[in-house]
Amino acid sequence: MEKTVNQKAWFLVLPVLLLVAFSAVIPLMTVVNYSVQDTFGNNQFFWAGLEWFREMLSSERMWDALGRQLMFSGIILAIEVPLGIFVALNMPKSGFWASFCLVLMSLPLLIPWNVVGTIWQIFGRVDIGLLGYTLDKLGINYNYTQDTIAAWVTIVVMDVWHWTSLVALLAYAGLKSIPDAYYQAAKIDQASRWKVFRFIELPKMMGVLMIAILLRFMDSFMIYTEPFVVTGGGPGNATTLLSIDLVKMALGQFDLGPAAAFSIMYFLVILLISWVFYTVMTNLDKREG
Amino acid sequence: MAKITLDNLAHSYLPNPGSEDDYALKELNHVWDDGAAYALLGSSGCGKSTLLNIISGLLQPSQGRILFDDRDVTHEPTAARNIAQVFQFPVVYDTMTVRDNLAFPLRNRGRDERYIAERVQEIARMIGMEEMLNRKARGLTADAKQKISLGRGMVRKDVNALLFDEPLTVIDPHMKWELRTQLKKLHHDFGHTMIYVTHDQTEALTFADKVVVMYDGRVVQIGTPEELFERPEHTFVGYFIGSPGMNVIPARIDGNKAYVNGSYVELAQGYGPLNGKVEIGVRPEYARLSQTDGLPVKVRRVEDVGRHKIIRAEFFGHDINIIAGEDERISADMNRVSFDAAHVNVYANDWRVQGEAA
Repeated sequence: MEKTVNQKAWFLVLPVLLLVAFSAVIPLMTVVNYSVQDTFGNNQFFWAGLEWFREMLSSERMWDALGRQLMFSGIILAIEVPLGIFVALNMPKSGFWASFCLVLMSLPLLIPWNVVGTIWQIFGRVDIGLLGYTLDKLGINYNYTQDTIAAWVTIVVMDVWHWTSLVALLAYAGLKSIPDAYYQAAKIDQASRWKVFRFIELPKMMGVLMIAILLRFMDSFMIYTEPFVVTGGGPGNATTLLSIDLVKMALGQFDLGPAAAFSIMYFLVILLISWVFYTVMTNLDKREG
Repeated sequence: MAKITLDNLAHSYLPNPGSEDDYALKELNHVWDDGAAYALLGSSGCGKSTLLNIISGLLQPSQGRILFDDRDVTHEPTAARNIAQVFQFPVVYDTMTVRDNLAFPLRNRGRDERYIAERVQEIARMIGMEEMLNRKARGLTADAKQKISLGRGMVRKDVNALLFDEPLTVIDPHMKWELRTQLKKLHHDFGHTMIYVTHDQTEALTFADKVVVMYDGRVVQIGTPEELFERPEHTFVGYFIGSPGMNVIPARIDGNKAYVNGSYVELAQGYGPLNGKVEIGVRPEYARLSQTDGLPVKVRRVEDVGRHKIIRAEFFGHDINIIAGEDERISADMNRVSFDAAHVNVYANDWRVQGEAA
């Protein structure tokens, strides 16, 4: 039987294509466009080739920002993941207090980013902030606007306060899905608390933990609002993370070409690291299977 | 290995149980003899698993005591009781190899590696998984996982008792048979006290020396398979054991006759006046269809199940099942049923009444 050729089905895909084009492809292409052109104003652009990319790759400023960014993501992952698991393990399993804890844990997640920044900005102030004032009175030299360490501690603690809940809630969901029989069998087998964690809870949580780590990595790697509100990237450039630096370059200095090249590399780095994460995790899974 | 005594034991999942209905396990006194194999039989939700979990210490009873030999273990944790238990759904440690899974209970008790290796090898042979010892347990079939669970339950030789909570539910039929035989052999070789929970009567009757039948949180009868078949102490036992179950028919008893709708059935024994709901129970195996003898029935259909025929009939408005031999001829004009008087039991309020010699 001869098939009739009918290409009208393409029209069904059109709405989606349009949506994706306007929401993702066109903005991204604009950035690509900027990254390979130069301008002296008056809306006159000319071809610059890979000039900006070359400049950015040899720019110490970008490498420093990338280094700070990796350190920030590394530190908050190293704190939030174990802390989240620890919190999840110690949450009540059912009843009123379980719901209470869940609501309490969700609260930080519901607060807008800039509000979180403002809260900590005020909280840490030496003159009127509860934390800053107390530390100062205790004789501890704490001033996040002048001291690099203090600034870092503040933004790290802020992120931990804001996002550990997410890890804890995901880990808690993973824990809740473990059937009782596993714990009973472990009791029969006389497994220690540590072994119960190592051989039952951790393996069963692995799936959600992977998601938690990936989410926290991507989010922290793109973080902008909270540290910007608290430290504005200072003191000096001490807390100028990648996106803060990017905004400075693009909007502060109006260097659109380098900023666009920077953006594209930034995007590729996140994509690359996430991909590596994902591949390593799924392979680990397969190897054990 | 130990004798296990349940003394006035009862359990409720409610914090303040009031009436008897609040109890998942009603008051119970029983001794599980050292080295015997028991099957705990009953429909879902009758308290079997509750009882098992109390014995293993996973659950604290609301009242009563549990003794292992003469030691009171009611408040001792599971670990101190030295019990092995296998659950309905497979529990394996995914990230460990099959070998490590089997070795886990021994390692946790600090046995030396040479002994462990030997024991694991032995158990692996028993459950037929010697080739898979070095595989990760993750990704194995439910069958294989349950075999590992069974293996972990059997790996310790010195346990006080081995408890099985419907362990063969997820295993396919041919393997079921094989594993049950293995368990039986294990029992024979080592003489552990074994309690095997199931709702499958074939499994219970082939596995156990003694079958404990539970109904609605209560132990209704403990006996050998034969006793359960011949003299069910409770109508539930009659109905639950046997295929099809016992026929239970409301009747009025007068001396050694049971009246059903004006007609009467002869009884082997005489009975005094009975109160409450009075019924007679007779197994389909002891009912006979004929042209001339007995009470009138209306035959609805005859099912040939291979070894015998099951006749589904109506008897004064009640369903009645009759089993006839494979070679017996059933003809359309056979519309009377007679009972073997020696095997007609009398029940008052569901409990069997012992008659006096007539």
